[in-house]
Amino acid sequence: MGLIAREVESRGIPTLSMSSAYSITAAVNPPRAVYLDYPLGHTAGKPNDHENQRSIMRDTLRAFEDIDSPGAIRTLEYEWSSDHSWKDSVMRPDKSGASSDARVERYATPQYQDSDDETLVEEGCPTCVFLEN
Amino acid sequence: MREFIDYIERTREQYDTLGYPTYQWVHNEDAPPFAPLRKPLSESTVALVASGGIYRSGQIAFHYKDDISFRIIDSATPTDELRVTHFAYDLTDARIDPNVVFPIDTLKAMVQEGRIGQLAERAYTFMGGIYSARKVRDRLAPALADRLIENEVDVALMVPV
Repeated sequence: MGLIAREVESRGIPTLSMSSAYSITAAVNPPRAVYLDYPLGHTAGKPNDHENQRSIMRDTLRAFEDIDSPGAIRTLEYEWSSDHSWKDSVMRPDKSGASSDARVERYATPQYQDSDDETLVEEGCPTCVFLEN
Repeated sequence: MREFIDYIERTREQYDTLGYPTYQWVHNEDAPPFAPLRKPLSESTVALVASGGIYRSGQIAFHYKDDISFRIIDSATPTDELRVTHFAYDLTDARIDPNVVFPIDTLKAMVQEGRIGQLAERAYTFMGGIYSARKVRDRLAPALADRLIENEVDVALMVPV
């Protein structure tokens, strides 16, 4: 996403990138970023916790307006839980040796959330844009 | 002691364990481009761009092998028509509430609060974890930038996973 932010910004549109992976964001070096110390898959907050999501967004928008130094990453002051033990198992084998990797096989066919979705696809899907590989 | 997870380091450890070749992360040492805000966010049209694999019911889902396609999602789409698919993260919470990776309702609340002017009519989504940085740089990034310019948005909020 950082590469896209850099391209969009270079074309004159200011961007702010949210992130839950500090080292990756720092390496790609987008124009402006906020960092939220939450597990991957929660870049914009906790599920169904509207106050949490809105508070994070208010802080994010404030950073969007404040950051005046290219490449700055502002850490947002939120914690996923009072202890940080969730971090121990991320991408690491558990005690039984089983991998905690959430990745799945790289199927080359569309992977629908609901099996019904496949039958509901609109003719030609005008809002799906496929680029030449 | 609070310590951030270093996903680059953990990926390296994991790939080593699995016997995969080391993944080459993008490192940009040069300063990023920087376009100052032209007006306050309270008067700006904000576009949402998200890479968590979000699509709308009625659209073709992403596939997991080098998918560089994107979806155009009308900002008025009811949240219960949003779907999420991705090979690289735990989708449980995103399927309960897509706002955790696609904060569309949150941004609508910011419009209500007067914090941003308005939400752009169209949001753009794709599936991150594209292995080839070259394809992102040469194909996807310019295509998305073209759309945002065409849509005359003032600023873009980028939400990766």
